[in-house]
Amino acid sequence: MGKYIKFLAVGIFFGIVLVKSEAVSWYRIFEMFKFQSFHMYGIIGTAVITGIVLLLLSKQLKVKTINGNYLKVPLKEKGLVRYVAGGIIFGLGWALCGACPGPMYILVGTGVFSILIVILAALLGTFTYGVLKDKLPH
Amino acid sequence: MEYILQPWPWYVSGPIIALIMFTLLYFGRTFGMSSNLRTLCSIGGAGKHVGFFDFDWKSQRWNLVVVLGAIIGGFIAHQFLSNPIDINLSEGTITDLTALGFDNAGKSLLPPELFSWEAVFSIKGLAILVIGGFLVGFGTRYAGGCTSGHAITGLSSLQLPSLIAVIGFFIGGLIMINFIYPILF
Repeated sequence: MGKYIKFLAVGIFFGIVLVKSEAVSWYRIFEMFKFQSFHMYGIIGTAVITGIVLLLLSKQLKVKTINGNYLKVPLKEKGLVRYVAGGIIFGLGWALCGACPGPMYILVGTGVFSILIVILAALLGTFTYGVLKDKLPH
Repeated sequence: MEYILQPWPWYVSGPIIALIMFTLLYFGRTFGMSSNLRTLCSIGGAGKHVGFFDFDWKSQRWNLVVVLGAIIGGFIAHQFLSNPIDINLSEGTITDLTALGFDNAGKSLLPPELFSWEAVFSIKGLAILVIGGFLVGFGTRYAGGCTSGHAITGLSSLQLPSLIAVIGFFIGGLIMINFIYPILF
């Protein structure tokens, strides 16, 4: 049980930041896709820039994980169709209900239980992808 | 304490999200929220019927613990760390939302026009949440990641597939908000 405590702590921190930054808000997502505020671009932009710096630094300094391996990010498979088609489908859904997977869970904690319908539908969507996977172009 | 109770500015929140990603990498894992949807399908027994879900989901328990934490974090932030304050939306957004029939924009985290039980129990309201959730769940697995896996982790590690996926996210989002929403509302 002890080894899971750190993941619980990371999750709690993640939930707090996404609520306090308003990134879980449908309104902020709508505003982002209207290009009417810098807020969400600022969050994603500074997250990516900080992430790039942290990853470059950890490579330079040969940082090791708690397992003793060099810290590295798993590489995404090569491909085009899956990223374009999957990306657009995801974007349509993200904008329609204003929540991507992280915020979906976090919103349950804020007491918006109707988001459970979105989560159930997302599970059904993931299941459908699993069924159709071999028939889809990747 | 006053600073914590106020909404956090983007230049504080963004770097903290990067630290969360980095912490998970340091723990020998990776930052990806949508993978949990696949894990939950497996726990529900989908692996018996579909090969994609036939994997050792127990190896993903750590990520479900992150989800549990995220729910608790959402509760803590909402109950104890927030002054009741409106979201500081731009004037243009409030005007556009009012024109679409969304009153009181920014007075709560989510619009009651979509997430109140009254809305949920209308055919249109239910369809929006179900179709939206379905597209997110389907699209994220097809694209191999969501905002956390592609936009944060993938872009931070300068991966081209993630850049393509994120451009896709925005194409889809822009189509939905600028072309489909005006038809829906």
